[in-house]
Amino acid sequence: MTRNSPPAEADVAALKARATQLRRHMLTMARGQGAGYIGQGLGIADALTALYFHELRYDPENLGWADRDRFLLSTGHYSIALWAALAEAGIIPVDELVTYGADNSRLEMSTLDTTPGVEVIGGSLGHGLGQGVGQALGLRLDRSEARVFVELSDGELQEGSTWEAAMSASHFRLDGLVALVDCNGIQADGPVVLDMEPVADKWRSFGWETFEIDGNDMDAVVATLAKARQRNGKPKAIVLRTLPGKGVRRIEQSEKSHFFRVDVAHWDTIIDEFEHSVGAGR
Amino acid sequence: MSRAMEAGRTLAMGENEAAAGGRQSVDTPFGKALARLGQERGNIVGLTADLGKYTDIHPFRDAHPDRFFNVGMAEQNLVAVAAGLARTKKQVFATTYGVFASRRAFDFVAIALAHSNLDVKIIAGLPGLTTGYGGTHQAIEDLALMRMIPGLTIIDPMDATEIDAATVAMSDHQGPVYMRLLRGAVPVVLEPGYKFEIGKARQLRDGKDVGIISTGMMSERAIDAAALLEKRGISVAVLHVPTIKPFDAETVAAFAASVGQVVTAENHVIVGGLASLVVETLFDAGIVRKVTRIGLPDRYIECGAVPTLQQKYGLTVEAVVEKIVAIG
Repeated sequence: MTRNSPPAEADVAALKARATQLRRHMLTMARGQGAGYIGQGLGIADALTALYFHELRYDPENLGWADRDRFLLSTGHYSIALWAALAEAGIIPVDELVTYGADNSRLEMSTLDTTPGVEVIGGSLGHGLGQGVGQALGLRLDRSEARVFVELSDGELQEGSTWEAAMSASHFRLDGLVALVDCNGIQADGPVVLDMEPVADKWRSFGWETFEIDGNDMDAVVATLAKARQRNGKPKAIVLRTLPGKGVRRIEQSEKSHFFRVDVAHWDTIIDEFEHSVGAGR
Repeated sequence: MSRAMEAGRTLAMGENEAAAGGRQSVDTPFGKALARLGQERGNIVGLTADLGKYTDIHPFRDAHPDRFFNVGMAEQNLVAVAAGLARTKKQVFATTYGVFASRRAFDFVAIALAHSNLDVKIIAGLPGLTTGYGGTHQAIEDLALMRMIPGLTIIDPMDATEIDAATVAMSDHQGPVYMRLLRGAVPVVLEPGYKFEIGKARQLRDGKDVGIISTGMMSERAIDAAALLEKRGISVAVLHVPTIKPFDAETVAAFAASVGQVVTAENHVIVGGLASLVVETLFDAGIVRKVTRIGLPDRYIECGAVPTLQQKYGLTVEAVVEKIVAIG
């Protein structure tokens, strides 16, 4: 595996194929545990693919590279998607994915930073963006060109600390900081319980250059990440409208549940249907 | 006598509150030490949440403006930003009041900092009864809260000499620290050659009848009380325990075994802090001594002048003397 760096032209077809591979890994993980935050993971799969296989500069052989771009997964329970991306990136072994959520596994249901490739402890929602602000400030002190990408969710916007961080990022003119706001419309108690709309306008009013796109449209994700490279004195927010369960029909169509659990026989049906739909049966 | 001793007046923010009186003082010992360290150590970054001049970090701000950030009135973000900076190999000194660092930002200190053992020093102003602004500003339970956080070093220094030494020691130490801050004109009690070591208690006075185990500003009161009690025929030893965590259990147990009875003295509620640590330590070591606890009651304290409050709640030299005479 070589150092990843954004190429001039994105190979969108290859990225789409890679996103399918991430989804395949996630289904394997969820089947192994019988459950997981698969809806969220499938929804964010396209954005994580675009980051890890196109936009981010990092070196799988040297995770501590000081000038690497950082990706902070604030929603620790989206770990299923991160493990899939890290496995595809060659940072953790693909074989290890089946241990997702099992006792003594490094691939926790909610991320801890002891697993290689994890930049922060996610899961206590509202923690990620402020830590991204601190990292962006630190990188600027070091005169590094490295950027910081923070994923957070629509439900997480209800945590006040997110807005404390948002205020400070624009005040400090952290134009190398990019927030990826996954708006999938669900949170622990069901469909978003406290209306956060208009999400994009909120970010704009906090001084962020804000984009709003279909987060499952790879062309749009790649093009918007390219726009967000601009060093114009403003932090960037990309509001990703995503579909929980994206790419797996039965999960897309299920009740939009925060935590998805079905029996093993059902997983086999779900996986068969998925493979059939992507035309790449095993 | 200092302004702080004028009875009946609630001090304005920033006025000195800690002095028990009669001693030389040093102005802004923490900020001076940090500004000095900042000259040698280019990775030190200062942060505050709209309390720069009230937490004595302004000398660092003035000396190293490029490495100082004010995040505004947002203590959760203060700690989160500190954590992020630490992950880029900075050593961060983040200041606010103890009430905000402990109560408001607790989850961030526990998870964003301590869980990852990040190199952030939280400097916490207005410990215990060093402000007359009531329960909103008096950090009377911060030691109890913070000592539950695994891996967090907790320091409650007694004077200007110790604040200077502790600032250096915590910079030498890699990992999260919570230090209670005495600000403004801070009395000098300890000798210049005093050695501060994280995790070590220091016996400041020998004696045999009663052993006071104290921390923070109460150690100054303890040695003054011990001198007065000697004149009344009571021999009082004083063990100063500036590090609440890791706790020097061995020294505390040996000290307790060497005296007739034990008195704990802390600028903090008597539940969960130093008193609890001492009792746990003696129990674990199988040492049986009567323990009398000097500190604040398990209740919210009202507003008022600091001397009035310290007198009312027994944190003065005279109150320590009276308590020990009563149990003697």
